[in-house]
Amino acid sequence: MDLIESYREELKLIRKRGTAFWVGLLLGALILLPWVASEYFVYLLTLIAIYAIGTMGQNLLIGYTGQISFGQAGFLAIGAYTFGHLARAGVPMLLALLAAGVAAGLFGIVVGFPSLRLKGPYLAIVTLGFGIAVYQILANSELLSGGRMGLSVPKFLPEIGIPRATAVYYFHFLLALAFTLATYNLVASYMGRAFVAIRDNDIAAEAIGVNLTRYKLLAFAISSFYTGVQGGLYAQLIGYLEPNMFTFMETITIFVAVIIGGLASVEGSIMGAAFVLLVPQVFSGYKEFIPVVFGITIFIVLIFEPLGLSGRWLKIRLYWKNWPFR
Amino acid sequence: MERFLLYFISGLAVGSLYALVALGLSLIYRSTRILNFAHGDIASAGAFFALTLMGLKIPFGLVFIMALLFGSLLAMGFYFCILVPAQRREATLLGQIILTLGLGLIIQGLTSRIWGMEPQPFPFPLSDSKVWNIGGIYISELSVGTIAAGLLGSICLYLLVQRTRLGLAMRATSENLQAAQTLGIPTRRILAISWGTAALLGVVAGLFLAPLLLLDPFYMLEPFLKGFAAAILGGLNSLPGAIVGGLILGIAEGLAGGYISIAFKNTLAFLIIIAVLLVRPEGLLGEEFIERV
Repeated sequence: MDLIESYREELKLIRKRGTAFWVGLLLGALILLPWVASEYFVYLLTLIAIYAIGTMGQNLLIGYTGQISFGQAGFLAIGAYTFGHLARAGVPMLLALLAAGVAAGLFGIVVGFPSLRLKGPYLAIVTLGFGIAVYQILANSELLSGGRMGLSVPKFLPEIGIPRATAVYYFHFLLALAFTLATYNLVASYMGRAFVAIRDNDIAAEAIGVNLTRYKLLAFAISSFYTGVQGGLYAQLIGYLEPNMFTFMETITIFVAVIIGGLASVEGSIMGAAFVLLVPQVFSGYKEFIPVVFGITIFIVLIFEPLGLSGRWLKIRLYWKNWPFR
Repeated sequence: MERFLLYFISGLAVGSLYALVALGLSLIYRSTRILNFAHGDIASAGAFFALTLMGLKIPFGLVFIMALLFGSLLAMGFYFCILVPAQRREATLLGQIILTLGLGLIIQGLTSRIWGMEPQPFPFPLSDSKVWNIGGIYISELSVGTIAAGLLGSICLYLLVQRTRLGLAMRATSENLQAAQTLGIPTRRILAISWGTAALLGVVAGLFLAPLLLLDPFYMLEPFLKGFAAAILGGLNSLPGAIVGGLILGIAEGLAGGYISIAFKNTLAFLIIIAVLLVRPEGLLGEEFIERV
């Protein structure tokens, strides 16, 4: 779309003054929002921020590196339970969150090893097996899962003079912002290029000097780090954990968020996360119809916009840019 | 030894149902490269439909056939009304897989709405408790019926694919879509028939699983995942592979559940698959996919 003249320009996050204006406006609105919107809406935005982190991670794996993983619920559970146990042991929150991400990332490397030999659906089934194994181990081990009553997670964030929901929102908002910036940078770096090269053709990527082993495992590690952090944040927000929160449905939710948002798109990941959380909320009055409505919206989005929400967003931007020509 | 045979036979019975589910999945994968995530849900919709018909005092044979027809019509409807328009707009492969997920969600929602979330018993003519003693081994009537159904389903599919003109067209379409079109094969109709046949096999498995498990909107999720795993184990693009994979998975599960631990039955099954795939990445009977750079 744009003419890029130098490498430095390519690396810039925001290339035009107009874009900077709109992004600033959006960020300002998001910062001011908790003071005007209802507490429930702020809570929803907090949830979207949490899911956006995990969806970006999954998009790095599916969209950028082209490796299909159905084990997301497993990484989510590992992150959540690592966080839960550390928090109960009195570890500071940010440290526990980091540990949650790192623990999930290490498991990600282990799960990534089959990706060196397997592709597509074959890789999907191996990662799916991992997700199921994590669930079964948790469901059968009272020591890990906290038994029949579940594991309660102590809440952090002390009172600092502003309403609690607002403080929680700001914390998650900043974290999601940090992860978004990190993802943009990652995608523009050598590593991001290597991921894309692997997606497009891994043999060709190897031939031009991409170390397949290292970058495939890195993709798994980074993506599960994101998911682990998502799990930790989720545990903190809900304040309670049980194995049933991490079934195959959870994997599917994140997967749908990635595809609906748009493959290989950071903005798309955020839009996708918002989509999978908001659609059930909008129709929460008709509780039994939520899966039906969810399915139908998936049909509509994918039939009329195969590239996902970010594809539509690009087309709208292009339309206004060229207006009145088309 | 007797215990071994007992676990072996019960595993064989479950395995033949996994084989039927796996056959449906690999039939669709072979021809369209789509993993059908709604496969289990179509089967449970068929089973619930059969439950309603049985409430109307219709003889079971008729109910069975009507449930099969219902399932395949559902799948063909999905193919024509959702998948074809999406393909016209050049949906990606992952997008098409998500479409099947959407169909699954819709069916789950509708079955929960119409038939409720409560698990319901499924009145089946073959009973689980009536046991035959053959040479010292006890086999329930249901196991025999299940194994027979699996065998019959596989043979019918084999005859359809290998011995009829329709099967020839199906094989041609899955081999090379454009070439098949050039030869005058109505590929869209053939693919719709593939979807219908696959759903039909799924509904057969669903009906035979219903008396083993209780009927609720999610009862096919686990058998579906197992069938998926079985298809992968045998090689996704190979139909005999699906049968072999299903039987191996069922028997491994039966033996693992009997000798090691019933709680980790599922995990052990997946461990076997991972081990096999690490040695043979394309599955037991799958063909290696050679790629040009």
